Amino acid sequence: MRMIRSLVRALFCLVVVALAAPAALAAADDDGQARLEALDTRAYADKGEAIEALAASGDPRTRRWLEALMDGKLQRHKETGRFVVVLENRGRHWPVADALTGEALGEMSRRELDRIGINNALRGRLQSTLAVLDLRVEDAGARREAARDLLGRVDAAMVAPLEDVLEAEGDPEVRRLLAQGLAIHRLERGEAAAVEALAGSLNPEARAALSAAARSEDPDLAEAASGALADIEQKLRLNRGLETLYFGLSLGSVLVLAAIGLAITFGVMGVINMAHGELMMLGAYTTWAMQQLLPGQPGLALLLAIPAGFLVAALAGVAIERGVIQFLKGRPLETLLATFGVSLILQQLVRTVISPLNRTVVTPEWMSGSLMINEGLSLTLNRLYVLGFALLVFAGLMLVMRRTRLGLEVRAVTQNRAMARAMGIRATRVDILTFALGSGVAGLAGVALSQLTNVGPNLGQNYIIDSFMVVVFGGVGNLWGTLVAGLSLGVINQVLEPWAGAVLAKILVLVFIILFIQKRPRGLFPQKGRAAEG
Amino acid sequence: MIPSSASRSPRWLAASLLSLGVAAPALAQEDPIKVGILHSLSGTMAISETVLKETVEMLIAQQNAEGGLLGRQLEAVVVDPASDWPLFAEKARELLAQQEVDVIFGNWTSVSRKSVLPVVEELNGLLFYPVQYEGEESSENVFYTGAAPNQQAIPAVDYLMNEVGVERWVLAGTDYVYPRTTNKILEAYLKGHGVGEADIMINYTPFGHSDWQNIVSEIKAFGSEGKKTAVVSTINGDANVPFYRELGNQGLDAADIPVVAFSVGEQELTGIDTAPLVGHLAAWNYFMSVDTDANYDFIDAWIEYTGDDMAVTNDPMEAHYIGFHMWAEAVRKAGTTEVDAVKEAIIGVSVPNLTGGYAAMMPNHHITKPVLIGEIQDNGQFSIVWETPSTVAGDAWSDYLEGSKDLISDWRAPMSCGNYNVVTGSCGGGEAEVASAE
Amino acid sequence: MPDSTSWLSRPFRERATRLFLGVLLTALAVVTLLHLALPAGHPLHVSTYTVTLLGKYLSYALLAVAVDLVWGYLGILSLGHGAFFALGGYAMGMYLMRQIGDRGVYGDPLLPDFMVFLDWDELPWYWLGFDMAGFAFVMVLLAPGLLALVFGFLAFRSRVTGVYLSIITQALTFALMLAFFRNEMGFGGNNGLTDFKELLGFDLRSDATRLGLFLATGVALALGYVLCRAIVSSKLGRVCVATRDAEARTRFLGYRVERFQLFVFVVSAMLAGVAGALYVPQVGIINPGEFSPIFSIEIVLWVALGGRGTLYGAVIGALLVNYAKTVFTGAMPDAWLFALGGMFVLVTVLLPKGIAGLLAYRLRRRPSARPSSPDPASPKEASA
Repeated sequence: MRMIRSLVRALFCLVVVALAAPAALAAADDDGQARLEALDTRAYADKGEAIEALAASGDPRTRRWLEALMDGKLQRHKETGRFVVVLENRGRHWPVADALTGEALGEMSRRELDRIGINNALRGRLQSTLAVLDLRVEDAGARREAARDLLGRVDAAMVAPLEDVLEAEGDPEVRRLLAQGLAIHRLERGEAAAVEALAGSLNPEARAALSAAARSEDPDLAEAASGALADIEQKLRLNRGLETLYFGLSLGSVLVLAAIGLAITFGVMGVINMAHGELMMLGAYTTWAMQQLLPGQPGLALLLAIPAGFLVAALAGVAIERGVIQFLKGRPLETLLATFGVSLILQQLVRTVISPLNRTVVTPEWMSGSLMINEGLSLTLNRLYVLGFALLVFAGLMLVMRRTRLGLEVRAVTQNRAMARAMGIRATRVDILTFALGSGVAGLAGVALSQLTNVGPNLGQNYIIDSFMVVVFGGVGNLWGTLVAGLSLGVINQVLEPWAGAVLAKILVLVFIILFIQKRPRGLFPQKGRAAEG
Repeated sequence: MIPSSASRSPRWLAASLLSLGVAAPALAQEDPIKVGILHSLSGTMAISETVLKETVEMLIAQQNAEGGLLGRQLEAVVVDPASDWPLFAEKARELLAQQEVDVIFGNWTSVSRKSVLPVVEELNGLLFYPVQYEGEESSENVFYTGAAPNQQAIPAVDYLMNEVGVERWVLAGTDYVYPRTTNKILEAYLKGHGVGEADIMINYTPFGHSDWQNIVSEIKAFGSEGKKTAVVSTINGDANVPFYRELGNQGLDAADIPVVAFSVGEQELTGIDTAPLVGHLAAWNYFMSVDTDANYDFIDAWIEYTGDDMAVTNDPMEAHYIGFHMWAEAVRKAGTTEVDAVKEAIIGVSVPNLTGGYAAMMPNHHITKPVLIGEIQDNGQFSIVWETPSTVAGDAWSDYLEGSKDLISDWRAPMSCGNYNVVTGSCGGGEAEVASAE
Repeated sequence: MPDSTSWLSRPFRERATRLFLGVLLTALAVVTLLHLALPAGHPLHVSTYTVTLLGKYLSYALLAVAVDLVWGYLGILSLGHGAFFALGGYAMGMYLMRQIGDRGVYGDPLLPDFMVFLDWDELPWYWLGFDMAGFAFVMVLLAPGLLALVFGFLAFRSRVTGVYLSIITQALTFALMLAFFRNEMGFGGNNGLTDFKELLGFDLRSDATRLGLFLATGVALALGYVLCRAIVSSKLGRVCVATRDAEARTRFLGYRVERFQLFVFVVSAMLAGVAGALYVPQVGIINPGEFSPIFSIEIVLWVALGGRGTLYGAVIGALLVNYAKTVFTGAMPDAWLFALGGMFVLVTVLLPKGIAGLLAYRLRRRPSARPSSPDPASPKEASA
């Protein structure tokens, strides 16, 4: 802890020094080399001390070095002993710059370099030190972030500087967080008074500190902490309920997305498309390909992948319809067999052409992390977006089916093909467009799934069975049924899971579906009228 | 209707004679040595196993470039067991009985190994198994070049306990035999080190589990009790991406609750956006980032072989590298590829590994390995933060399990037993088995 | 119903049955002869490897016949027949496990190895009795039979039909797969049951046992075939076909359709169970993978490929697809899925009645032959 104290002080000085004295640079090179050399040791304790010494040195390059150290990019050329900062560390050959002068040195191979390694403990120390620095930046958001980072990490050395910051701080949220951080520290030192400051806080760090205090030897402290904890637990219960509901809706939205395209091809056209999962896979791979085309802009690529994924999957759908399904008119169960063949081919195609390995799809900044409702409840952003996306896709699809000419024609062809044709509807064209629509929606589902799970050749297989369950449970041919079925199955699953475990919850859901179908043999929303009789 | 050509004159009788220990007539010198590769190229395991098939093919090409073995060229015989466990047994039989391969490199999952095991024993083949596994097995015909639990799980827990100060443990795994056994061993080990029942949380999920919201939230709650908490993950393959994503999104980073994984390597990380994972740990016997010339040579060769500049290497690949060289060394030592001779010659063989040391084949058919702990970096590589001071010999039978603590394995004469009970002084159930087979 | 002799002899009056049995029994005899009589080096010698492989195909063929019975004649597309197959397999596997006795790696006289290292103290109650062959063989029929009875009773009573029925059969096998994956269930989890030693005292590794199992499977297939043929050519079978083609009309004619459906469904499940039981000792492992919905779909594919509603078509399909799988996975490991997938697509598109459709076409052109099977592309099915 002594180390951190001096580290923090040093970095505080550093800011001042860096602004005030850029002149000493040239003469400092020998010192710089020596300081970096001190870092090049195997023992982490020694390394910690070297960092401390480095920070205390007031060298203006310290922050750059420490950041490079944190990213594992501070390295040493084996032959010359020269310290370098690696600028980009993917692949075998890395562009590097001299650590002392900042001069670019071209590319070096991994073989020539020695990395100065750190471990989690050192990383944690560096992080809290940098967080203290961040408390002085302009942007209030960044200050809040930094203050939140410091929760549970405050130690004695930081108290004085933090109290100074707290005094000067104008943002109430930052003030509150800092106060909590300090209170946690005081609680850890055994001050019963701190319990009050933390009472009612839903923050997990505060809860952790209170739990620890509740086990303490000091009966007063233990009692106070237990009381506060019971209070918090009470509040958390509601949060947990809401959280479970959110988890359920989120899982449900994934099911809806996966199933809604199937509800079109299977429910409306009667085609049992076993390649539906692979069409989703195509959508996910489109996202990956877009990110490859637009390196460094994962967000834009993701947005562009939405139309692109739809198109790719829709085109594949057209190919499947023209190549296979059109020959199977009136033999719907056989579409199952042929499309199963198609799904095998598509899977192996991806393995052969792209790779049998999973592909990395990056989550854009604005989709990572979570949206904090309160300190005990935050909603993960990627799932929130997927939930919204699922509802949007559903709404869009409803619009198409209810409000467009295509929708009208589709419904007409579904209900009575011969009659529709007699009325001048080109049934073949409607078939193609319907199948393309259903497939395109599968592509959209794939784009969304790429943000949640693996993008690999097996992606489709993992969802196909669940999708069929959802469509059948909701009632074939009814889009509302699919929505309600997907969301409710998701919620049921997540409510059961903490109680029964993940596997048993899934089994129970399946048994529930089987029994439900006994009660209502045509699903939640059975189709009525002629189309239902078949 | 006769599968595979009956006209290829299978030497079935010769093979069964071999299994009885009768010397077979030497094969003609000009025949290539056949190396069977039994890795899934399709189905769910293709993700992990395809690279292993390519690794063995590369090693064969390298060996051939150096003039082959015993003056004969090596030839790869590749089949696809398609992640279908009974098909593994069938394909193993095809390799041994129809193709008459001299050695098999293959398998990934425990169940596929269990499926192949009786076939390899019956037809007296050689199988090199390159993946970390649950132990509790020692077959006369199988060589385990991956880690046993004492070469991966226990050192990793030691590290977390002693260096990181973890007091509260989540043991999370996919519900199959490797996590079950590993967690059983770890539970016994942790309790032996004074960790209370309430400080251990065990959780199992199905294969390919993709919805981790509830579980991560539980882990978060479990970890906010004021004691340093870590997750020991034996979560398999595909389930890892959504797991780590959920961890990142629910804001659990390595500084709060580190996750140490036994099934996540460089190959798996190529499918994950690693930025939110920095600092999470993995325990292996090899990392691509190991700083030795042998390793760099291997990586260069691999990149050249695959033609992919971003290709990565991983632990099971190194296991195949070691296994292949051990087998080649044993063949040289025995002067023949004949199974019984190679089996005898290979015990005690020691070859360089890629981490700057040597791997030796122990009498229990496991090898010596260093144990490395690495932290994930944002470039998908591991930064090695700790390693065992010397290599650790693989233990076939765990000392921490009730049923197996008295068992040892030694395939050298005169014991020649995979499950010798030191208390009763008899060769477990194997004795009866040998008696009935002969 | 006619008396039992005519019920049993009727199938033999059909040309297709006689032809099928003739081919099957001749093939069994030829393989046995080539295996035993010729020396190992002979080009025509059939190796043990091949015999075992053929045995496996034959057990799949029996499974396909069971599926064809309900799909081809009852119009029920079961996407969960793998469940019955696997249950039969597990019953046999449990018997084989108990036969290992104290020869497991831990030498425990009672508990199978996987129970020892997962700390089970005693044998779960549902493992009791499986050390007796008779009990185990009864369970091979009973376990799938009971499941089919309960499931079928519920489903047929509620008149669940068509796609709904197909999907809940899939849900059934999926749920069972997840359940059997769980190690707490006491069926060995993902690893399943393996490392079998002997069956009825015969060493499973010996060539003679393998040949015996192959022949037993062949005989079981012949018997299963005759049984199915007897069912479909009886009055009961006609009611089934009527149900398939127009369920509502059959009901209005006064038939309790659900009873016929239930009976045939249970028989089919038991046949699948027998197939599973014969399959397990030949491949040496049973694990929850057999419950996977994809496997059940594959079974349906064999039947479709061979030609549904003919019984012999199912056999042809099962043999052909699995033979192709064996060859392709060895000969073109990187690209066999293209070949298999392509085969499914082409056959479905070009040969709507499967391979049997081609054969029947040939047979029909001869004046003496009557079409032995109803038209598979029935109006009922077209709307399912």
